[in-house]
Amino acid sequence: MSMRLLSTGYAALVYGFVYLPVAVLILFSFQSTLFPIPPFNGPSLRWYGAVVSDARLTAGLGNSLLVALLSSLCATALGFFAAWGFARFRLPASALLRGLITLPLTVSYLIIGMGLLVVFTYLGLPKSLWAAGIGHVVINLPLCFAIIYSQMGDQQANIEKAARDLGAGEMQVLALVTAPMVWPALFASFFLSMTFSWDEFVIAFLLTRFDTTLPVEIWNLLRAGLNPKTNAVGSLVFGISVVFAILFELLALRKIAK
Amino acid sequence: MTALVSLQSISHSFGKTRVLNDVSLDIAKRSYTVLLGPSGSGKTTLLSILGGFLNPDSGRVLIEGVDCTAVPPAKRPTATVFQDYALFPHMTIGNNVGFGLRMKGMAKVARHEQARAMLALVGLEGAFEKKPHQLSGGQRQRVALARALVVEPAVLLLDEPLGALDLKLRRQMQDELKAIQTRVGTAFVHVTHDQEEAMALADHVVVMNNGQIEDEGTAERVYARPATRFSAGFMGESTVFKAEVRGDGWADTELGRLKIAADVQQGSVVLAIRPEHVGLDGNIPAVVREIVYQGSFKRIMAVAKTDQNHILLLRTAADVALVVGQDIGLSFPADKLIVLKD
Repeated sequence: MSMRLLSTGYAALVYGFVYLPVAVLILFSFQSTLFPIPPFNGPSLRWYGAVVSDARLTAGLGNSLLVALLSSLCATALGFFAAWGFARFRLPASALLRGLITLPLTVSYLIIGMGLLVVFTYLGLPKSLWAAGIGHVVINLPLCFAIIYSQMGDQQANIEKAARDLGAGEMQVLALVTAPMVWPALFASFFLSMTFSWDEFVIAFLLTRFDTTLPVEIWNLLRAGLNPKTNAVGSLVFGISVVFAILFELLALRKIAK
Repeated sequence: MTALVSLQSISHSFGKTRVLNDVSLDIAKRSYTVLLGPSGSGKTTLLSILGGFLNPDSGRVLIEGVDCTAVPPAKRPTATVFQDYALFPHMTIGNNVGFGLRMKGMAKVARHEQARAMLALVGLEGAFEKKPHQLSGGQRQRVALARALVVEPAVLLLDEPLGALDLKLRRQMQDELKAIQTRVGTAFVHVTHDQEEAMALADHVVVMNNGQIEDEGTAERVYARPATRFSAGFMGESTVFKAEVRGDGWADTELGRLKIAADVQQGSVVLAIRPEHVGLDGNIPAVVREIVYQGSFKRIMAVAKTDQNHILLLRTAADVALVVGQDIGLSFPADKLIVLKD
């Protein structure tokens, strides 16, 4: 009995440690007074109203979604082609090259962001949402590649062979046979990339200037100090991340596990 | 009449291993050809070259008189049934079968109609809307067959098509394959290592070994008069022994003096005889070593009295009473002795 009490208590502590900050953030986003500190007065949607009427924040939200969508599509497509290439063709130093593709997973976003900043400056490319988007492709491509490559087997190579035998050209093989066979992996890559790109701060901070993404706008807001409006917008970011994560789980992960 | 398919002096190596060595083969229209051989004999490589999945190091592939040696699979008048079926797992059976027609640009209604007709031919009318994973192994096999036949290839290539099925289903599918081939009239080229399958299906058996053709002809001919020792051993069982042919219709053999057909050339030869041709009414001394009751017959393994290591195989009627250890006298009818190239 005491053992059970102990383990339950331990579990409560672990989950509390992980989720209490978010819970507090969300709770005080419904504060009706000026400061996000106890005592809690509310609930009220006052600060959500403030977020929606803040043009900079709504623009940031739109920019973030756009960057996440386009960069994720791009990373998934590139990851798919790379995985197909490695899975179907004998390439020289294949293992080494595969390692090099996945290596950026272990490099800090700060280093990648700095590197891109140096390159873009050298090339004369101005800071922009496009630059941040390219940065997000760089960080998400390795992940997409790893997920999709893990789902490409030799059995599928024979199925592609059958399609070619029946008259399909290489593009038709990819579009009608290869991609549909690994679609759960494609969805998984896409939603995971969306999640990572959506709340990414460092690269977006380094590579954007006038138009920027939501995390950078939130950072701007925070410089003026805490208020329930930052809680409200933070809660929105968290909520949308949760939606991506659920889509990832429902649409992709379960199909892959099967 | 020119052959439908003509393989001319095909040689191919994988790395340093020579898998095909100057192989030439003609395949006639409407024929059922079986490439038979052990694994590593080059039969599957030859099929891949015919299908266009592999370019041979040397030699030419002519199909309907056109040089197809460097033509990719999509552009050849061939279609392949793969050993693992290779059905498109995400498509319905109807779309699987219609895929080749879709690639030819045929409209949906027309290709669905043809796919349905082809599914009816292989006995799977009801499966049009199903997915491959809902079908059994034998049914998937038929879908693979329908998918390849619907594009009306000049030659249908089958790579060990029955290899993944259990024995009973294999025999049943074998009969169906033959029936379908007779009905559609397409030339089939079928690779297998199962000699029973080969005998049951083939109009034209091609026995392969070590990258070469050992023997080819009708199943009856290859069985009754195999050209080589390998072929005699691979297509059915036989007793093989050395002999010195004299000029007077007799031969001195390891098993004693035997009467032999008059047209055999004088000199050293290797002789073989099928178990069902060995009689119990002769004077070749032997001892019964093992008796296996097979229902309709008994399979007897005996050893020669002169050499305990020389195994002699025979078949007797099921009711012939023999016991292990019994002395018997065997007869080898002269007209049933097969002269082999060693």
